Amino acid sequence: MLHTVNKSPFQNTSLESCIRFTRPGDVILLIEDGVLAAQAGTSKSAMLEEVLAKNEIYALQADLQARALTDLVPGIKVTDYEGFVELVEKHATHAWL
Amino acid sequence: MSEEKKKIMFTVRKAPHGSIYVYEGLEVKLIMAAYDADISVVFMDDGVFAVKQGQNTKALGIKGFEATYGALVDYEITKVFVDRLSMESRGMTEDDLLVIGEDEDTEEPIKPQVVDSDEIAAMMAEQHNILAF
Repeated sequence: MLHTVNKSPFQNTSLESCIRFTRPGDVILLIEDGVLAAQAGTSKSAMLEEVLAKNEIYALQADLQARALTDLVPGIKVTDYEGFVELVEKHATHAWL
Repeated sequence: MSEEKKKIMFTVRKAPHGSIYVYEGLEVKLIMAAYDADISVVFMDDGVFAVKQGQNTKALGIKGFEATYGALVDYEITKVFVDRLSMESRGMTEDDLLVIGEDEDTEEPIKPQVVDSDEIAAMMAEQHNILAF
């Protein structure tokens, strides 16, 4: 299944909760302020690295660009709106609002 | 002929009263209950406060929804779950949970079922749709 997270991990526990309910093979897509988690070298990077061992993590390009985030945790994939739609088509989705 | 019933899960992660989410979510549950769907509800994160018994919203001047939650079983919504870790980390126990109906035969009160996150994750994986509130 696909989990979308749209909240900053520095202000909200949505990403932590999402990870707690994520099973191996599930996909996480970071959108809106959720992309702040994708940056390399933050207090959340280690948590994401651990998830990346079992799950794919995507971050939405438009939201990364808008926030000038270019240095991402290695392994995080960048996707565009078309890719977003493809992910939603492929999986049942839960939005961690 | 017999098509599989649609499995629809509601997740409630917001605290009640501070925003309209929990109330709106409840409305949608009652609407969906009219359809022939396999409905489940999971309270997690601050959503567990929505199923704390003894809520009194009189002084806030709003309707509150403890009574409506008390009728979930009457609406045939019986698969109601609470995430154990969310509940315990917020200082709540099973005793704090409100009643969602009563057993038809024994008239025993029915409360939400407290479950672990891996059980919830497994249920999530089976759903056709998950609506988050």
